[in-house]
Amino acid sequence: MASYLLIESRDPFESADVAFCHDLARRLAVAGNRVTVFVVQNGVLGVRAGARSSGYAELAQAGVEVLADDFSLRERGIAADKLQPGVTPSPLDLVIDRLAEGAKAIWH
Amino acid sequence: MKVLNIIESAYRATTEEQDDTIVWLSHTLKAAGADLGVLLRGNAVNYAVRGQDAAGLAFGAWRQTQPPRLANDIAALPTKGGPVYVLSEDLAERGLEAGDLVPGLERVARDGLPGLFAAHDQVWHW
Amino acid sequence: MAEKKTLTFALMDAPYESGRTTTALRLIDIAARRGYAVNVFAYEGAVLLPFSRQQPHPNAVHGRDVAEENHLLTKEVVAALIVEAARNGGKLDWVNCGLCVDERGAGEAIDGVRRGAPADFWKMAEASDNTLVIGTR
Repeated sequence: MASYLLIESRDPFESADVAFCHDLARRLAVAGNRVTVFVVQNGVLGVRAGARSSGYAELAQAGVEVLADDFSLRERGIAADKLQPGVTPSPLDLVIDRLAEGAKAIWH
Repeated sequence: MKVLNIIESAYRATTEEQDDTIVWLSHTLKAAGADLGVLLRGNAVNYAVRGQDAAGLAFGAWRQTQPPRLANDIAALPTKGGPVYVLSEDLAERGLEAGDLVPGLERVARDGLPGLFAAHDQVWHW
Repeated sequence: MAEKKTLTFALMDAPYESGRTTTALRLIDIAARRGYAVNVFAYEGAVLLPFSRQQPHPNAVHGRDVAEENHLLTKEVVAALIVEAARNGGKLDWVNCGLCVDERGAGEAIDGVRRGAPADFWKMAEASDNTLVIGTR
């Protein structure tokens, strides 16, 4: 089992390709890998509670760890305690942690 | 170290660069000894289409003499070692069939991606 | 003491164009604070991040002069990251892709930045614990 870190920087309201990242994350998880999607920059616009569903709750239910960069959230006035189900705020340090651990890291 | 280079962004500054910068980089890395596979996905699947022609651009008296020849560059990659994969669903979405493409490519479907990624030490998405 | 790692980053974005640059610099900062050996291969527009001729400017919309505006210059950020990595027992090796430098006329870079080629990126990646590529759009 490998560890994957998918860094999702794209805005789901602007980019249809966020669906590819989610599909990939789910497939990797189903294949038995440890998968984290780390949402950053305008990608966090899709994790605010009440926003049109971007599929993050479903990803979490599929066993994918979904984290959102706490600075990106704060920068956009998204309260850390008002996120879509399954999304957890996280410092960006986690990306370096996972890189240091050898996760296959894919920036999207 | 075996790396999978995923190319998604397409026709970004290819006129000015006279190349796709990541296809070009893939060639250069292979020349430097890299064990590199390439996966075309998203709009970059169109790079494999035969019949692309960017020739003839002129700006005032300046004429471009070396337009990008992306399909040629894609076709040449496997000859330098290492496969070029192309994502089936992205081809289909864009109305592309096998006969539209340069030869020498390996089709992979989305359900083949976990296995393809597992076969590489690192996956670089450009 | 946590083990020191070697990480390589490939960047492509020119300064002042994308949030990807900020995130990349934040990541490098975290690694520098940990005293990691950090390699950066700056490709395409990213070769302008350490361009030594960047200059600050005032901000009339906000009524700030040059000093008050204290404009972020990416060359100063890169310089600060080089210092930070060394201060913590690591290093930041910043390599600008030479052909990308040439076509952009970006040959004047700050101290600590060197000119290189894609082969350098491959060597850095091979010698690293991990590599993160941040492409452009």
